Amino acid sequence: MANGPGYWLRRMGARWVDSTWRLGLATRFLVLILLYSGISIRRFQLVIKEIFNAGVLSLIIILVSGLFVGMVLGLQGYETLQTYGAEESLGILVALSLVRELGPVVAGLLFASRAGSAMTAEIGLMKTTEQLTALEMMALDPIARVIAPRFWAGVISMPLLAALFSAMGIFGGYLVGVVLLGVDEGSFWSQMQAAVDFREDILNGVIKSAVFGVAVTTIALYEGYDAPPTAEGVSRATTRTVVTSSLTILALDFVLTSFMFRGVS
Amino acid sequence: MSDNLVEVRDLSFSYGGRLVLRDIDLSARRGQVVAIMGLSGCGKTTLLKLIGGQLKPTQGKVLVDGESVGDLDLGALYRLRRRMGMLFQFGALFTDMSVYDNVAFPLREHTDLPEAMINDLVLMKLNAVGLRGAMDMMPAELSGGMARRAALARAIALEPKLIMYDEPFAGLDPVSLGVIGNLIRRLTDTLGITSLVVTHDIQESLKMVDYVYFISDGVIEAQGTPAEIRASHLPFVHQFVHGEADGPVPFHYPAEDYALDLGVAHG
Amino acid sequence: MAMKRAVLDLWVGVFVAVGLAALLFLAFKVGSTGGLAAARSYAVTASFSNIGGLKVRAPVRSAGVVVGRVAQIQFDNERFEARVVMNIDTRYQFPRDTSAAIMTSGLLGEQYIALDAGGDERMLADGESIRITQGAVVLENLIGHFLYGRAEGGDSGAGQAGAD
Repeated sequence: MANGPGYWLRRMGARWVDSTWRLGLATRFLVLILLYSGISIRRFQLVIKEIFNAGVLSLIIILVSGLFVGMVLGLQGYETLQTYGAEESLGILVALSLVRELGPVVAGLLFASRAGSAMTAEIGLMKTTEQLTALEMMALDPIARVIAPRFWAGVISMPLLAALFSAMGIFGGYLVGVVLLGVDEGSFWSQMQAAVDFREDILNGVIKSAVFGVAVTTIALYEGYDAPPTAEGVSRATTRTVVTSSLTILALDFVLTSFMFRGVS
Repeated sequence: MSDNLVEVRDLSFSYGGRLVLRDIDLSARRGQVVAIMGLSGCGKTTLLKLIGGQLKPTQGKVLVDGESVGDLDLGALYRLRRRMGMLFQFGALFTDMSVYDNVAFPLREHTDLPEAMINDLVLMKLNAVGLRGAMDMMPAELSGGMARRAALARAIALEPKLIMYDEPFAGLDPVSLGVIGNLIRRLTDTLGITSLVVTHDIQESLKMVDYVYFISDGVIEAQGTPAEIRASHLPFVHQFVHGEADGPVPFHYPAEDYALDLGVAHG
Repeated sequence: MAMKRAVLDLWVGVFVAVGLAALLFLAFKVGSTGGLAAARSYAVTASFSNIGGLKVRAPVRSAGVVVGRVAQIQFDNERFEARVVMNIDTRYQFPRDTSAAIMTSGLLGEQYIALDAGGDERMLADGESIRITQGAVVLENLIGHFLYGRAEGGDSGAGQAGAD
């Protein structure tokens, strides 16, 4: 209707206010989860069941993607390094890109779309079918009983999945670089070992993936818990989970990288 | 101990500035089935939520078993809720558990009974609703009526004093409808519990309830035993009982004058 | 139920075990556990007229073997030089008259500090500094000198044209 600048400014303002509200509410939700985590620790079986859903069921996509990303890195890296006569550095290139960036980030994105969306849909469905209210009426807190175990499962699974992604990717790079293209095996591994530092690179990668795990599961669970209890509401919430958590991963990655690797670059 | 398990006194509730319920007085005697009737959106489900403590009254009191629900802290409210069961509109069975585990769930969560005893209790409850044979089925495999019976078995698992039914008849075929109505009556009598049924299915309700409240636009419009209701000449009750399309509840949503809208008449 | 739970536990167990194995693989096969060794190193400083593209964490090599890493790079505002602190593994000891030079591995590769051991009997201790240093070869300077020298037809003393 009124497409004047005032209209667009108002809409932008409304979106900004809305997002800020959601961020605040999601943060409060995260604090609630942490406060109600007692049951998850006392009855770890609840968490184990959710690790199966979040972690084990994401295994295939993580392993296959990791392998192919590593193989492509090996191929492309070899092409580029070869022009400088530095094919031996292929190991460094593959390992550092995976361990520092691609492992946590791509595994995080895959986790968001595989496990995160499933979490949102499941919680949203439980809300729509009044299962969460039923728990409340049975004198059980839904956050403690349903949300917190899923949160911890995500936080535990994410670093493991990222590590598996990186390891698989390095194996893929090895397959292409050493087995297929004939880079010297010794220098592939030794150069990699000389350049990759445990604390600087690997530990920081693990920290990144743990942070992504917290972010993705919080967003996924919040979206599900907050979804309007209709079929349309749940499907919108699922989409929002994937979009929001993907963007959050990329933004967080930039912030974390600039803090972690400031000394190097 | 008061004769009434549930007592609602002078209750008002507003939500977002809109008065949803106004000056409600209602009580349910122990061992009775009490129906709360009204059209969709009249606030009867809100009333259940107030009794269950999910909402707090804006004004007035809700007493369940002598305790004022709105004034309890979370711990006391949760202790009170163990004495309440609730049957949700579509059952609200946990979709990732079998029927057996659904019924066992409250027992496992709230008691330290050995698994053998839980097994006996679960089979007993399932037998009471006629679903002992379906204990290994998943909720997705059940029909609407069966899901509601399974949920009923879950609701009575902890042997509550009060069971609230939110639209127990909605979307059921006539046979299932009769089965559920029958079960509500039988469980109330045999277990000595009190039942509060929120519904708009008047014909089924009048067959089995002890007392009826009619709510319209947030106030109690009429009340009485089924016999009194049937004989009532109040226009609202008459329209409701006989399902007439027009009456005190108008067929037309409030609108401008029809002729004016069509542009035939000139203002 | 019991059967199903056992299967579930098994899968989760496998998942966690494989995930931890991947972490260990990354820690020991892919990375050097330099984080642990960093605790057992001593710091040595050296001043350079120009460090070129040297960066923190660049390797310190002696005879081509990595013996330490660059820990800190600062600008000394009194002598207008670059002060480089490097952490050297305690397993390696160097004489006091050891010289340090900034080198490039390959034509465009990373820059590192090369240590050339001297003959002194006393060894460098923690916090001491290396006196004899040679800065990085800056490609632009080298080309400039070369062209300038050609134009003059004479031999101007190429100040920094180094060992390589």
